Amino acid sequence: MRLSTRKLLDKSFTFCAVMAVVVLTAFLIFVLAPIFVRGCGAYVFRGTVEYRRMMLDQFGRGDEVALAREIALAQTARQPVYSAVTAFEAELKQMPAARRREMRPLFKVVREGLELLLGPEPGKPLPTLPRMLYGQTRWDGARRHLKHVLYEVQWDYSDDDDGVRVLAPRKPFFAGTALEPIFDLLENDLDRMLNPRLTFYGRFLTDKSVDAHFFGGIGPEVMGTIYLALTAMLIAVPLGVVAAIYFQEYAEGGAVMTFLRSCVNTLAGVPSIVFGLFGLAFFINTIKVSQGKSVLAGALTLALLVLPTVIRASEEAIAAVPRAYKEGALALGAGQWRTVLTIILPAALPGILTGVVISMGRAAGETAPIIFTAAVSVGKLSRPLKMLFRDTPALSWNLYNICTEHEAVDRIRHVQYGMALTLVVLVLALNLVAILIRARVSKRLKG
Amino acid sequence: MDAELNLVDNEAHVRAEEFSVFYGEHEAVRRINMSIPAKQVSAIIGPSGCGKSTFLRAINRMNDLIPGCHARGRLIFDRRNIYGNDIDVAVLRGCIGMVFQKPNPFPKSIYDNVAYGPRLHGSYRKSDLDMIVEESLTKAALWDEVKDRLNKNALGLSGGQAQRLCLARALAVKPEILLMDEPTSALDPKATARIEELIVELRGSYTIAIVTHNMQQATRVSDVTAFFYEGDLVEFGKTDQLFTRPVEKRTEDYITGRFG
Repeated sequence: MRLSTRKLLDKSFTFCAVMAVVVLTAFLIFVLAPIFVRGCGAYVFRGTVEYRRMMLDQFGRGDEVALAREIALAQTARQPVYSAVTAFEAELKQMPAARRREMRPLFKVVREGLELLLGPEPGKPLPTLPRMLYGQTRWDGARRHLKHVLYEVQWDYSDDDDGVRVLAPRKPFFAGTALEPIFDLLENDLDRMLNPRLTFYGRFLTDKSVDAHFFGGIGPEVMGTIYLALTAMLIAVPLGVVAAIYFQEYAEGGAVMTFLRSCVNTLAGVPSIVFGLFGLAFFINTIKVSQGKSVLAGALTLALLVLPTVIRASEEAIAAVPRAYKEGALALGAGQWRTVLTIILPAALPGILTGVVISMGRAAGETAPIIFTAAVSVGKLSRPLKMLFRDTPALSWNLYNICTEHEAVDRIRHVQYGMALTLVVLVLALNLVAILIRARVSKRLKG
Repeated sequence: MDAELNLVDNEAHVRAEEFSVFYGEHEAVRRINMSIPAKQVSAIIGPSGCGKSTFLRAINRMNDLIPGCHARGRLIFDRRNIYGNDIDVAVLRGCIGMVFQKPNPFPKSIYDNVAYGPRLHGSYRKSDLDMIVEESLTKAALWDEVKDRLNKNALGLSGGQAQRLCLARALAVKPEILLMDEPTSALDPKATARIEELIVELRGSYTIAIVTHNMQQATRVSDVTAFFYEGDLVEFGKTDQLFTRPVEKRTEDYITGRFG
């Protein structure tokens, strides 16, 4: 091959490698940036007076006196709107029957929209569901919702079969009536009616959710995830490390060993949903570790799932311990167990820990295995030991749940992104801890 | 095989009788008869692959680690066959210490390295352990260099220091016999000289068997020398005799550098 050709080849390989890294980085940013930005919205946002009212009612937080003053101010700003509504109601009664029939559904939509935006109308009986008790607690939600009040979605089929979505202002429908001024009032005066203020809601991480995530935080999910991952590791690590020691230090070759090893490897390739079904069939239905779904059953299933990873990482770490250490210990008269415990395991510890924490991240993020064995959509916290035999919400599964099966998926986008961000950060933090431990341990080992 | 040494004044500490070691089918050490005299230094020389290391590692049964390795014949230590069924290998290795080719300190503190053996074989009080550690390190001529950093990791030592630490570690178990498998081949000349000095100092207190590639080293440190060639013990005798007036032609060829 000519020198110039070879150089060209070298250069193109370098180029490919650099491009691969660039694409990877771009992809990572592309995926993580929206999760990060929108996820932060669950923690930092402009909270309205409705948010503070909800906080005081549901969590007992906030200054009662200041809030009462704030509510009074907001009420003053809202008064013209409610007066207009009352006036229009009276006007409606005077209308000819045909026009009344035409106006009533339009009015109903506006009125319901107002309730969602500002909360229940004063003087009316309070609804029972907490979600109906408050208006928009977040300013971004309020802005979005305002559009629904001001405009009606229509479809324009004039020049296309598919139709085009157009927003038609509602104001002209009510032209000349007492309701007409509220549209301008709402558009111009909404911030006085809701009084948005920059809010930092750090306790989103630990608060319980109010009325299926309409308000409140994701505390039970976070705790559930931590319980599940920790319990799974408590089960998987001792088993996995002991198995790895056996494979590396005790087992002699042979058909049985080869078979066992390939079993472990096959286990690593089994789809996680199969683990979930197995967990239900075996841990819950057959050996009945709990009455129904429970943290224990879920953790056992997760432990099975991560066991091959733990075994393989530990085996690699043990195999990487220099033979000379083992020989040195044996030559001093140490038995095999003693050698393993005092020499091989300490030297292999950084590698084992890395495998353990990576597995822990995996256990925290897995969804399918806990669908049938542990996860429920609503749960509450209790003491760890009691928790073990109870079902629990968990970040991964509940993220899926509130994204697909929630009755108002659109209204809780911030919770979905907040949950996703929390899960990602949790796993990243775990990995960071692993890196730190590993660095410290290997520093101790290397002197 | 005329190599059986006249041991009138030297009691044999380890005696091989028709002793063979096999790797699977291959006979790496072939029907050896020799005695390692007590409290003296025995050197084992020979070209690569001649079975000298295999023989040395048979004495404390380190060959057990190699799959398919087995022995035949008798290797007598303390009136018992080392390969007999009644031998507790851990106890045996406590009596027969070993220093390896490459220094292999554990990734622990210097103190824990030396204390590792004693801790295995009995429970000592802290003060006793301290004493053993100091004594062993002093014997290995390392105490002055490390006494201020006993809690530092042993992997921070230089090659020569590490090898002396391994020697101290072996001595801390209070063995009767020390096996050395080319202990200086990974060291520079200065470190080598220190180890050789130590061997000479330890002579008289311990029975030492040293495998070496370096014939000058054998002449410097040993009392008796065995020459192995292709699994056979070719010649065994007093060191000065073997190197000046070898009986066997093959010995002469080897020590004069005609092969090996």
